[in-house]
Amino acid sequence: MPDSFLPQRDEIRRRLEGRYVGSVPHNRALNLRVADYRPEQLSLALPYREDLVGNPETGVLHGGCITSLIDATCGGAVILSLVAPRRIATLDLRIDYVRPALPHQEVICDAHCYKVTRHVAFVRAAAHHGDKASPIATASGTFVVFADDNRSSGGESE
Amino acid sequence: MNLREAVVIVRETGDFTALQEAIPYARFMGITAELVGGDIISRMRYSDHLVGNASVPALHGGTLGALLETAAIFKLLWHGETTAVPKTINITVEYLRGARAQDVFARAEFTRRGRRVANVRVFAWQDDPQEPVALATAHFLLVQD
Repeated sequence: MPDSFLPQRDEIRRRLEGRYVGSVPHNRALNLRVADYRPEQLSLALPYREDLVGNPETGVLHGGCITSLIDATCGGAVILSLVAPRRIATLDLRIDYVRPALPHQEVICDAHCYKVTRHVAFVRAAAHHGDKASPIATASGTFVVFADDNRSSGGESE
Repeated sequence: MNLREAVVIVRETGDFTALQEAIPYARFMGITAELVGGDIISRMRYSDHLVGNASVPALHGGTLGALLETAAIFKLLWHGETTAVPKTINITVEYLRGARAQDVFARAEFTRRGRRVANVRVFAWQDDPQEPVALATAHFLLVQD
């Protein structure tokens, strides 16, 4: 991508961060940040923190904060795929832990909204430590897309 | 106190405080548990940082998933034979209704508990256990000492 697009990309990234992280208290509490975005894809990163550890013996992050990361990223990918702003809600989310997570490393989630119908959006996601080829978790989720309304979609399911 | 010591204390006393203190994330989320009529009821205390949609306000879907998974692990540790923490193989969370800005409770039950794998169903509710806000089906690998 030519350099001339970069300032614009940074501006878009800032806006997305405001929408998916800044305006969503729990995403802010986890310090999520926008790692990457494409038309139907979003990547959010969860920085490693001692207070998010699930098992102090291993120092690995608790599955719960990875669930929040994946839910937030999938919801964001749905919002990115919608033509007009709509309110959405998670219908279900399945997460498979395919490999143990490592301690002291951030977790990145890549989510792809591969299909949107009138009322439902379908998403696939994977979480990894920076190497997409070796995910620690894979996930799939479905979201309800509510009918047109004037409320801004906060980028988060309720 | 380390996690294994906490598990032993919880099994001896039925007081889950030690477990919450040994798990940093449980403290961060305000997740505890207590024995009610022989069953373990987990609880996520409401805090502003658990909100996903501030305009409703409604709890973040991820926090419900976190409570459901933690409730299953608490149940497994309570009934387990070892002090090792079971590993989550997978979890499917179903969201049934928006969760309001208040405490959430959760109760887990085993659908099958084998030597290596446990199948667990978990229900989360706010005011009425008959009106769950979310459910989970999860599988855990039981780690031997």
